[in-house]
Amino acid sequence: MATADANAGVPSSQPSNPKPRPIVRIGTFLISHSALFSLICCAAGILALFLLPVLAKNTYVSENALMPGSANPMFSNHDTMEANRLVKDIMDLKLSSGIAGIEISNLLGKYMRERDADVYHHNFHVQKNQFHLGNFFSDSSYSWHMKENRSCSQYGINTVAIIRAPRGDGKEAIVLVSPYNSTNIRLSDALSLGLSYSIFSLLSRVNWLAKDIIWLAADSQYGEYASVAAWLKDYHNPSFLDSDKSDDCTCPESNALLSSKGQPNTGGSRFNVFRHAGTLAAALVFKVVDGKEETKDTLSIYAEASNGQMPNLDLINIVNYLAVHRQGLHVKVAKLYSVLNSAWLRTVGQIFEFIGKTAKIVNPQWGFGISAADYVEGTATLASSIYYQALGIPTGSHGAFRDYQIDAITLEMSPRFSLYNEVRRLDFLLRGGRLLEGVIRSVNNLLEKFHQSFFLYLLSAPSKFVSVGIYMIAFMLLIIPLPMVAASLYSGPNKRESSARTNNENPDTAAAIVTSSGSKSWKWLHAAKVVFVVHLWAGLVSLIPYLINQLPERTPTACMLVWVLLSFVSLIILYWIAGSPYSYKISHQSPNMEWAILKAVMISVASIGLGLMSIINYATAQIGAIFMVPMCLLAHPLKHAGNAGKLRVLSLTTSNMVLAVIGFPPAALLLVKGWLEGFDGVSFGDFWIWAETLWTWNSATYLYLVLIQLPCWVLCMHILLHP
Amino acid sequence: MGIIQPVMIVALVVLGCFNLCYGGEEFSEELLLRPLPDRKVLAHFHFESTTPPTKDYGHHHHLFPKAIYQLVHKFRIRELELSFTQGRWNYERWGGYDPISSSNAKPPGVELWAIFDVPLDQQSSGSIRYGALPREAVCTENLTPWLKLLPCRDKSGLASILDRPAIYRAFYHSQRLRITSNEFGSEGIEPGIDLEQTLTIVVQPDDQRTSTSYSSGKMLQPDWSISSIFGRKISGTCVLARSSSVFFELESTLVSELNKLGVDNAASDGDQVYPGVELSVAPDQVIKERKSSSVLFEFSVKKHDYKPLDIGVKWKYPIVWSCVQAPFQANRFLMGSGNERGSIAISLKATDHQRIIVGDEFRDKCEMRVVIFQVVPWYVKIYFHTVQVFLDGRLEHTPAVIEKIQVSPSEDRVSPGVMEIALRLPCSTVSAVITVNFDKGFLHIDEYPPDANQGYDIPSAVVRFPDIQASTYYLGDNSSRNSPILSKFQENNPVLSYTEVLLVPLATPDFSMPYNVITITCTLLEKLLSSPDFVQVVQQVERKITGAI
Repeated sequence: MATADANAGVPSSQPSNPKPRPIVRIGTFLISHSALFSLICCAAGILALFLLPVLAKNTYVSENALMPGSANPMFSNHDTMEANRLVKDIMDLKLSSGIAGIEISNLLGKYMRERDADVYHHNFHVQKNQFHLGNFFSDSSYSWHMKENRSCSQYGINTVAIIRAPRGDGKEAIVLVSPYNSTNIRLSDALSLGLSYSIFSLLSRVNWLAKDIIWLAADSQYGEYASVAAWLKDYHNPSFLDSDKSDDCTCPESNALLSSKGQPNTGGSRFNVFRHAGTLAAALVFKVVDGKEETKDTLSIYAEASNGQMPNLDLINIVNYLAVHRQGLHVKVAKLYSVLNSAWLRTVGQIFEFIGKTAKIVNPQWGFGISAADYVEGTATLASSIYYQALGIPTGSHGAFRDYQIDAITLEMSPRFSLYNEVRRLDFLLRGGRLLEGVIRSVNNLLEKFHQSFFLYLLSAPSKFVSVGIYMIAFMLLIIPLPMVAASLYSGPNKRESSARTNNENPDTAAAIVTSSGSKSWKWLHAAKVVFVVHLWAGLVSLIPYLINQLPERTPTACMLVWVLLSFVSLIILYWIAGSPYSYKISHQSPNMEWAILKAVMISVASIGLGLMSIINYATAQIGAIFMVPMCLLAHPLKHAGNAGKLRVLSLTTSNMVLAVIGFPPAALLLVKGWLEGFDGVSFGDFWIWAETLWTWNSATYLYLVLIQLPCWVLCMHILLHP
Repeated sequence: MGIIQPVMIVALVVLGCFNLCYGGEEFSEELLLRPLPDRKVLAHFHFESTTPPTKDYGHHHHLFPKAIYQLVHKFRIRELELSFTQGRWNYERWGGYDPISSSNAKPPGVELWAIFDVPLDQQSSGSIRYGALPREAVCTENLTPWLKLLPCRDKSGLASILDRPAIYRAFYHSQRLRITSNEFGSEGIEPGIDLEQTLTIVVQPDDQRTSTSYSSGKMLQPDWSISSIFGRKISGTCVLARSSSVFFELESTLVSELNKLGVDNAASDGDQVYPGVELSVAPDQVIKERKSSSVLFEFSVKKHDYKPLDIGVKWKYPIVWSCVQAPFQANRFLMGSGNERGSIAISLKATDHQRIIVGDEFRDKCEMRVVIFQVVPWYVKIYFHTVQVFLDGRLEHTPAVIEKIQVSPSEDRVSPGVMEIALRLPCSTVSAVITVNFDKGFLHIDEYPPDANQGYDIPSAVVRFPDIQASTYYLGDNSSRNSPILSKFQENNPVLSYTEVLLVPLATPDFSMPYNVITITCTLLEKLLSSPDFVQVVQQVERKITGAI
């Protein structure tokens, strides 16, 4: 009873002074120590990023229905002979004719029809995507380039065959894509066609199919992605108007050839009818490359689609499981090889290894340590995973499927021995065939679409992943200081003023300060106007390439020059219209406060931008945050650096200068390119080329660079050059 | 043994008496076999029970299933058809013009339609009902009750060869039940209740000669017999059946191909019914079709009572033919992607046989009517004003093509949307596409079915050609033949085909998320509340202890 009384007595002893709520107190505490906290958070963020390979978990097949490897493979040596038969036929064709594309397509059609499949040839035009207003994220069906002139020179023929599952209801289908270059067919292409065919013929005999199988032999003479994307577009958004369709009479040659090879009693037109097969459940792009691996036959998995979208992790899991545990293949995912040999990364790895070992000595149950070699491997893989996701450009034709929410990956097999070694080739085909059969059978087992496992993840090895719950920590730690510092900057000048008021007893100045503090709450308006004008300008800059694309006879360097020039001119014009960012200081005596508020507004806008970007493409936001957060936090006018110690001034100025250079997207690109490939080959137009690829692929990274990073950099420049 | 035999004889006499004494009720069993162009075989079982009207005959039946009789009387059914189907009928290869494909090819899953005899004052909601369950899995548990309706079950007669593995291994099987009753109508030629049970299966016979490929690239048709397909032979009739016969049909297109062969290979053996085709049992009767040249070989099971009937076919030469298709091949597919909206497209492609059916001289002038009937669940919200019709690559002015459109919009969570479009197409049309846009609805969390991530089905659309009748007329005296299956084939039914079932992906929530939220919330609550609770409890206990001391 006594304790209860004492507790009750505490608040009653000081009733006159109501304390603010704890959350407010924590907030003010954090804001008042923002410099320290932002340093800690940034350091922790970078550390968390380096810890990711250590924190990676082993993958596991999450969806029970998949049951990979639970059935014995039916793919036998007989099927590899089938594959070889087609390979021989294709290679014989190559020697004989100049119009190999159509010949191969007819040959494939003949083979497919032997399997009782529904066969058709899909003719498509290749359209080069160019930058266009409103083309970003828009549905490609409303594309503007439909009206373009087409010529027979840009004509491709996909050959498509569909097996209708016996007893199936035909609601879903699995797509198997085998790209081949019809103008220059190589043995590897022929082998991927042959193997796909033997799988296809096996599947036409089996009785366990629940989903239809579509085999798309994609004519990749204009790029693998283009052919697959064209087919998918016609599958999902076909045009029924003749004027939109490929005008058949413009290309009499290809049509005549296609029809002449059709069955005599049916005529060729039957094989140009586009056929559908239900909702596409999953897709596998299968390729063979002549890689000459060192130890084992190797399978490379490519999964990144546009804007960092990934297929469901379960799809990668089953491929990895079947390849490693059933077929004994070596499975690879892309790595950044330049990272592999870096000494400092090895040192970091050794430190983590040491910590892990020490922890194990302290408590044997803590098993988080990994060896330094594993760490470096994991980092290289993770770095490439982040890089390709951040770039937002698909790593293969599987990316076209992701645009329609279809899970797809590219499987690229490369043998240990040369493909010309006939004996080894059969063994290689057997493994590849069993792998594909197993994956298709697993996907065929699925009752629901892929949804059990992760969609947001980074791979650190074929069998290890970092899920979104872990890698978002690093980003969050990096981004938390931004609002904190913004708040402290905003409240900082007020404090400074109030302290000035107490020090300075002169009644005149005090009166002036009183009037200025009266309009204090509106001070941020000027800063906000500057920030708004700069962002408006960034919006204009992002649209300028559309104008440049209308110019005839353009070289990358010239385009880049025009882009920079136009951007500069438009900035000046905007300032002329809206007033210079420095015009406001004339009316005020406190330049310090001026830049601080500008910085506060800039930082808050930057944090909003990064937050938005993290929703669209997490990896871009992650990499962007590494550049932008230090740049934003350290920005300080070069002129006003002088009241601290000399060393501090020097370091602040240097870091500001360095960040100013690497924070500018073109400069950063040129530096990275020069570092990787030598500075001889670097040219001014490189950024233009790079940006062009970004908007060709509708990558949101372009929007991020121009709409978020660029204005932030310009505002930082304003602060650095603040008078 | 000595006792059993007289008992059996007595039983046979009694059973035979049913036939004679209760002649009003009739049952017949028939099987039709037909080779298909893609090396498969169609087997079509047809069982039919009829009973005279109640007012003449009374309520007691000896053959007719009581369940059906009670059903008809309870719900005043005029017509009812229920079908359970697995697999898809391939209209391109197995034909779409003959009576079997028009009335026995059914959409996957379950389909039910019924016409009720509704009094005039209640007829506001109409007397016809239609429903389809595309996702229903069909298996033996559906077959058993169906067989129970047969007077002999599957113990004897044609149904005895229904080997379950053979049926469920088939590429397509559809069991159907159709009731026609004239009990309540005053008009009608044949009053009474008619129960028609059919089982249509398409099987691939095992073939030992697969590797035999001729130089022309044509494959030899597989040789098969009833025992090789079903694993059993027909060992007699159902004694209650009035007629029990097996038909083997050669289609008109096949017959003309065979005749061509006959010209090439003049020397033919005695066994061959047609050049190139050899039947293991001599048919009792050969029936020819009037319009086309298709041929039916009839085998009466009664005549083969002394030994099991095992009809087999042997092919001498490779032969390629194709079935007669409906004038347009109907396909349906979804367009668009994403969870927000999409469109349904129904495409009609003119087939090679359109010319044959319509005739060249009328091609330019004539018009063909096509009726599309489509039921859409409420969560697929169709915008009926967005109906667009493309003919041969041109967008048509809709009133010019659409003769009639009948729409009943869906009501959320209450009733599905129904759309019936009657199109009038020029006969020269090569391709026609009808598109209609829809929005995808959101479901409440408790409305999601199990396996919600699979997507949602849109039942098959029905495409009907009212001007074209799928009927065959056989030469000779039909009344003396008295075969229900043949008279069924001669009925005038419009050509009908079903499109594919569609799977629409809808936005599906992460069902485990509420669970996660509950778990986290409960954990936090526990952490927040447990310490004060602990303090209080411990204090009270301590106080009690000190008080006790």
